[in-house]
Amino acid sequence: MTDKVLSTPPHIEPVVFTRDMLDWLPWLEPMAEQDLTTRHMTALVDAARAKSAYFRLLVRDPEVLEARTRTDKDIFYNPEAGLPRAERELAAAATSRFNGCIYCASVHARFAATYSKRVEDVDRLLAEGVGADLDARWNAIVAASVALTATPITFGAEHVDALRKVGLDDTAIVDVINAASFFNWANRLMLSLGEPAAPPPK
Amino acid sequence: MPDVIDIIAGISPGSTLHAIRDQRPQARLHAQASYDSLFSPLSEADASKVERFAIARFVAGLHGRSETETFYGVGLAGAGAPTELRAAIAAAVAMAKGKGPYGHYPKGPLSTEDQTGSVHRLDAALRTALGARLAAAFEHTHMLVFHPRDSAPAHLQSLIDAGWSTTGIVVISQLVAFLSYQIRVVAGLRALNARPA
Repeated sequence: MTDKVLSTPPHIEPVVFTRDMLDWLPWLEPMAEQDLTTRHMTALVDAARAKSAYFRLLVRDPEVLEARTRTDKDIFYNPEAGLPRAERELAAAATSRFNGCIYCASVHARFAATYSKRVEDVDRLLAEGVGADLDARWNAIVAASVALTATPITFGAEHVDALRKVGLDDTAIVDVINAASFFNWANRLMLSLGEPAAPPPK
Repeated sequence: MPDVIDIIAGISPGSTLHAIRDQRPQARLHAQASYDSLFSPLSEADASKVERFAIARFVAGLHGRSETETFYGVGLAGAGAPTELRAAIAAAVAMAKGKGPYGHYPKGPLSTEDQTGSVHRLDAALRTALGARLAAAFEHTHMLVFHPRDSAPAHLQSLIDAGWSTTGIVVISQLVAFLSYQIRVVAGLRALNARPA
């Protein structure tokens, strides 16, 4: 294997936060699809991910990728109690907006908009940033995500109180903590190993 | 099998928070599996255990969370890091503290949100004490902790020049990113635990 930084093909760099479908171009060589073994396919969890350059790059360490993916799915998809899916996605989108991951924000803003049907509020979060005034409940979730994302972390009693005040029980608060924390993982992978590309103009 | 998040967050079996974490059993299981695979890897060919714990200890130090810093300090010693290296990492942490996230966006409407901050460079003495591989990894780690949106291909070239393989760079990214997650989960759970409903 040759270890080198890839030059990305000519592409349009997205310069705003968007709900559009973006592409992602790797800066390091992903594994070739034909070289994926059963172990790699298991680590990808969804066979369709063999088509994704991002996942074929991460699958160079299959153990970590598989564990990361299964952590991700339970935090966001487990329907038992806690925070509604839309608001877990809101926490992911807010975290990505604050860290500045245009690709991650696009995916999770789409999910937040789809599950909440609050397209305009999601678009305001993307356009105005994490200070956008959405409503009391969403503002509390966004503020908690931002406090968890800041380094040093500023999340504390006042955030817990604010989340309780807008109706979150402790299971839902743990979902906010998990979702925002997980996107501090996801954002850093996406940002450090490649870059987003906008779809070509129609 | 002890669960590292419970240990660092001080969550005991039978407590309310322990039960809440059990409602996301796959997340609990696989956060632990992520830790296990990063720190007890099947192969150390691309990143040794000492290198892994050194990076983790540095990330924990940059976040200034003593509970996690102590945990990875113990792990670093357990992995066999010599005293001089441990001292160099502690010195590197002390010289690298900051506040994030900052950084730049691609030129355009978001440029008004650009926030310039320090690009961390180790001094010559620390560079020697850490060695070329860890020195390059630490500079990359500082960027990824505090200003991840400044990531660029040139940073990966610096890692390759210092001897890191493609897989090794994936491991570095996973280490910094996983720690960024774990530290926040622990901080969040501790804050919640300190504030009973």
